[in-house]
Amino acid sequence: MPRQREVSTERLRERVEEMSGEKLFACYQCGMCSAACPLTEEMDRLPSQVIRALQLGDPTVIESNAMWVCASCFACEVRCPKGVDLAKLMEALRQIRLRRSLDWISLDELPRERIRELPQIALVASLRKKAG
Amino acid sequence: MTDEKPTQIFIMGKAYDVPPGVTIMDAMEYAGYRFVRGAGCRSGFCGACGTVYRKEGDYRFEFALACQEMVQDGMHLTQLPFTPAPRAAYELPSLDSSENVLLQYYPEIARCVSCNTCTKACPQDLEVMEYVQAALRGDLAEVAALSFDCIQCGLCAMRCPADIKHYHMAQLARRLLSVSASPVPEHLTERLKAMASGACGEELDELVGLDVDALKERYSAREIEPAAEGAA
Amino acid sequence: MNAITYFPGCSLKDSAASFERSTVAVMERLGHPLEELPRWTCCGTVAALATDDLMHLVAAVRNFERAQKIEAEEIVAPCAMCFNTLRQVAMRVNVDVEARDKINAFMNEEEDYEGGVAVRHLLEILRDRVGWDAIEEKVTEPLFDLPVSAYYGCTLVRPSGVGIDDPAAPAVLGDLLEALGATVVKTPFDTECCGSYQVVDRRDLAVDRSLRILRAAITRGAAVIATSCPLCQYNLEEARRGALAEGMLVEATAPVVAYFTELMAAAMGLDEELLPADLRAAVVRSRETTPEGV
Ligand code: SF4
Ligand code: SF4
Ligand code: FES
Repeated sequence: MPRQREVSTERLRERVEEMSGEKLFACYQCGMCSAACPLTEEMDRLPSQVIRALQLGDPTVIESNAMWVCASCFACEVRCPKGVDLAKLMEALRQIRLRRSLDWISLDELPRERIRELPQIALVASLRKKAG
Repeated sequence: MTDEKPTQIFIMGKAYDVPPGVTIMDAMEYAGYRFVRGAGCRSGFCGACGTVYRKEGDYRFEFALACQEMVQDGMHLTQLPFTPAPRAAYELPSLDSSENVLLQYYPEIARCVSCNTCTKACPQDLEVMEYVQAALRGDLAEVAALSFDCIQCGLCAMRCPADIKHYHMAQLARRLLSVSASPVPEHLTERLKAMASGACGEELDELVGLDVDALKERYSAREIEPAAEGAA
Repeated sequence: MNAITYFPGCSLKDSAASFERSTVAVMERLGHPLEELPRWTCCGTVAALATDDLMHLVAAVRNFERAQKIEAEEIVAPCAMCFNTLRQVAMRVNVDVEARDKINAFMNEEEDYEGGVAVRHLLEILRDRVGWDAIEEKVTEPLFDLPVSAYYGCTLVRPSGVGIDDPAAPAVLGDLLEALGATVVKTPFDTECCGSYQVVDRRDLAVDRSLRILRAAITRGAAVIATSCPLCQYNLEEARRGALAEGMLVEATAPVVAYFTELMAAAMGLDEELLPADLRAAVVRSRETTPEGV
């Protein structure tokens, strides 16, 4: 297990709103984002459930894999009738962990043969989103 | 010591009065430090003496080679002679320089945020960020050209927020290029062949037999520049 | 005519070299030569989204400063991902003076970036400056009825306000393909995500997404899938390779994945060397099956 520090629930909500610039309570849980997201099959919580957890101040949301499966494709953002940019909320959650040095991927585990094939943008993008 | 006013420097926070106009390295020795590591060539080539300092009244961090930079009044300094940065293990002849080899062996370069901190740290005034960027796009020749004067001091790697091991990576680029692109120097090939067939055996045996003082004498008397032909 | 200040991005210099070669050649042919931005650095893809994450905007701003230095008012990227990253940063720092000041103070070795450099995708230049008619004029070997799927992916069209076309019903790539003489094959997956950078540590996931895009194109008869991003290109090709190996696809019908500029080069009769073998074969096949005189 990576090292873990307490995140107070009030603080979590506040920080996510601050870092994303989004209003959590603008969301009325219609679920359009979850319908639009192409990667929900792999998520342990749906995108709309991530917002719900944040609204309720449920700190376990920081343990979700949703933000690491998110590919920042913005499919949710263009569909939300309330103008919530969920991709930014996902980014805030990632950043909260990455800034504590809790990286999601390690370069050392990436075989050389894979790096050889990948276009540079794949590596640059993945490292920006999943390593601090 | 001259009767000039001494220069005051701070080594790891402790004040010392040292003679003005000497190098940081000489000043540290004057102050009583003995270098077991952190000094090598004493002439700006080996990269063993990386040093960081701040001057009073200046918020910026400065970088230097202790054997090259002169002390200044109010300099707060410490040596950073070594950067933990293991070099990747590779078999040079088996690498294909047409592939993204630098990225394969030093994938951290994909983490560069273009902050340019490395360039600001380089005591050799190299454009370090530019060579990392060239590496990212697979331009070996550019990496080699821009990093040619690198002395592997490691100060760039110490400062990089992306954990990049610039100098090892650039060394790999230069090596790849010399294997794939530079012609094998003829005179070197010939010389090696001659040595292998025992051409210098006698001279070598003689040197091995000499004692230290005799060796020193020979060394000081050596011919540094061959005398120009026909010179007076 | 003013040359266009061109931002290639890292991938076009390496894994996507054919994207760059074809881009440079077609723009030359169209009379809009490209001039590479001097000393450009990696755009820092993908765009950093946290309001306080200024460090990850530095790379893009450094490029804007370098454009400013040569008095370029815009930079043009053919790579959709570079374009998207650069434009998102431009949209922020061109108006957010506080953020810009902070970044300028950090980049104290450069001149201050004053804002005002615009970021455009190559397709915008083709649509808004060159125009479909002018492109059609340069077409010497139309892609007669070659069925091509116009695959946009994410970064050309999203997020709202950043993309180059209507995110729900984009037309730009389709219009270009029509100007080249191709038949556009529409699929419900035209703006679906290919799995993007997830391919690095979740290859399965990216391949799965890309396979759906591929299948949608196959069912509708596409011979080629046109892309604008080296990562989409890679993911789709990965999926294609895997599907071929597993017998899910056969070489004869599996659509070829190609950069839109490669299709342009084909239609403009540019050097055959510019075209990957599989694309050349697809184009030749479609010409053979097109009746004389069409
Ligand atoms: S590039 Fe790095 S290791 Fe080489 S001389 Fe400059 S700071 Fe030292
Ligand atoms: S210090 Fe590291 S991150 Fe910054 S420009 Fe140099 S290599 Fe890139
Ligand atoms: S001691 Fe070799 S560079 Fe200073």
